[in-house]
Amino acid sequence: MLRYLVYRVASIVPVLLGVSVVVFLMMKLVPGDPAEAILGPAATTEKIEMVRRSLGLDKPFYIQYFRWLWKVLQGDFGSSIAVNVPVAQLVWPKFWNTVLLAGGSLVVCVVVGLVVGIVSGTRQYSWFDRLGMTSTLILANTPGFWLGLVLMVVFALRLGWFPATGMYSMRAADKTVADLLHHMVLPAITTAAVSAAIIARLVRSSFLDVIRKGFVTALRARGLSERDVILRHGLKNALPPIVNIIGLQVGYLMGGALFTEVVFSWPGIGLQIYSSIVARDLPVVQAAVLVTTFVFVLVNLGTDVIVAALDPRVRRA
Amino acid sequence: MSVHERGLVETGQAEPLVAEAEMFRRPSEWWIFWEALSRDRLAVAAGGAILLICLVAVFAPLLSPYDPTVGDNSLRLAPIGTPGHLLGLDGQGRDILSRLIWGGRVSLAIALMPVTVASVLSVALGLIAGFFGGKVDMLIMRTLDVFFAFPAVLLAVAIAGVLGPGMLNVMLSITVVLVPYISRVAYMATVTVKNELFVDQARVCGAGPWQILFHYTLPNTLSPVLVYGTTLVGIMIVLGAGLSFLGLGISPPTPDWGVMCSDGRNFLSVAPHVSAVPGAVLVFVAMSFNLLGDGLRDALDPKLRK
Repeated sequence: MLRYLVYRVASIVPVLLGVSVVVFLMMKLVPGDPAEAILGPAATTEKIEMVRRSLGLDKPFYIQYFRWLWKVLQGDFGSSIAVNVPVAQLVWPKFWNTVLLAGGSLVVCVVVGLVVGIVSGTRQYSWFDRLGMTSTLILANTPGFWLGLVLMVVFALRLGWFPATGMYSMRAADKTVADLLHHMVLPAITTAAVSAAIIARLVRSSFLDVIRKGFVTALRARGLSERDVILRHGLKNALPPIVNIIGLQVGYLMGGALFTEVVFSWPGIGLQIYSSIVARDLPVVQAAVLVTTFVFVLVNLGTDVIVAALDPRVRRA
Repeated sequence: MSVHERGLVETGQAEPLVAEAEMFRRPSEWWIFWEALSRDRLAVAAGGAILLICLVAVFAPLLSPYDPTVGDNSLRLAPIGTPGHLLGLDGQGRDILSRLIWGGRVSLAIALMPVTVASVLSVALGLIAGFFGGKVDMLIMRTLDVFFAFPAVLLAVAIAGVLGPGMLNVMLSITVVLVPYISRVAYMATVTVKNELFVDQARVCGAGPWQILFHYTLPNTLSPVLVYGTTLVGIMIVLGAGLSFLGLGISPPTPDWGVMCSDGRNFLSVAPHVSAVPGAVLVFVAMSFNLLGDGLRDALDPKLRK
């Protein structure tokens, strides 16, 4: 297990370096000169030259890259062009808001996915199974931004059960957890919908596989209750692919949260990326993409390690 | 006749098989595939729906009852079922049905084009990496791993955002996102086929590397890529619409299903149909591609054929 762990941790280093190169080069794709963009159309050639030199833009690409990487490793992402504060100061609080939203969504999609998947998988072709599989098929193909609008119309505007936008009530004196959860319901469901459907379908097929195995028949023959067979033995054996897909969904949640955040004005990193793109504030986009991808890589690493711990065959491969 | 048997015939080692094939007159692979697919009613219905939508998009100028970009201000936000406007009108008094018909062109194109281009690129990359192995394999697959590390939606948004709005830029960003995913599928298929017995057999019978590559490996990577690609079209229609929804894709007034959803955001409480209708179409089309992909998978795989 230790060897596997070391191997996996070591293998993410080149990937992360590659990610940093891609993110760095992506910003070089921007049409136009950043110095001109900062100074505006009225700037003189000497002034543009001066800003270019102060930004290090007169140096070759690879030197620019290593300078940039060195600063990033120290937590310095430069400063925002639009609001002139350090990018790190702007991005971190937004990042935690997204972690909250993604966490809430993860709970929703894992609970819904497991329950629907297990019940459907153990009662194949029952009315629950049919209903579950039809609705997950529809849900898996529903654009998050549209589902968000639908939920907002029905549950916020028509029924008034939940607030339509934001993270906390504006009038509330202090930020309470209850208020946060109340605001989180619709965005979390919106973000979780596609993942819940995917997890439910995978759990179902994974269970259908396991339940036909010989050891399940043997357990039943030995007189174990159906509940023990399914929840104690069945779930354990069906788990590795399920954990794998849940790990992948975390990445999807962090990406998909962008649409949710825009629709529900949730002050997370997705909304920040979106508004920074609109404002052409590229250092912020750069930092936000880098941080989110970094977390995604770590989550994938964690998932692989958990799967390896659950399934000895993976460790040896 | 399976790929395996075809190999035998071509290398000239199996005259008896040719005679046998003549005697029994086995149906062609295509016929078997078609029969299996046509038995899957859901996939056939989905395929029919996709065909219909594509035809509507192609013949938009003939079918669209109104100009999709010119509005009638007296009827702004008229509901579904308004005489002369089956699906109502949007915030600028434009006919929603006409915009849906024209929007299909854009929405289908920004998914179909990137999936096609990315599939061709990916099959080439996957074949080269999987077939030649070694350093080439390392270089290609490790580079793709880097792109794999990004959450897909985020990468698409970032690239589209950096390049600026426009149809070509959206298609470019979606293509970049797709290549690592499809390449992995092509790569896995290549590696699996490379180690099959019938490839060893062909090699023993004197087939050169190019013959093996184009005659045995390539055909066997195409079917998983076709299946995956079909499903991806549905997902990319949703992603493309999402980019347009954010204003990073198609710019108004060009009709696009994502732009249409976004247009309705300001009228959610008074006229929810402006956003609801194009969104429902998106769900329907994406689901159709998904079902067709499932049907193709079952029909192309002898083990899954019903």
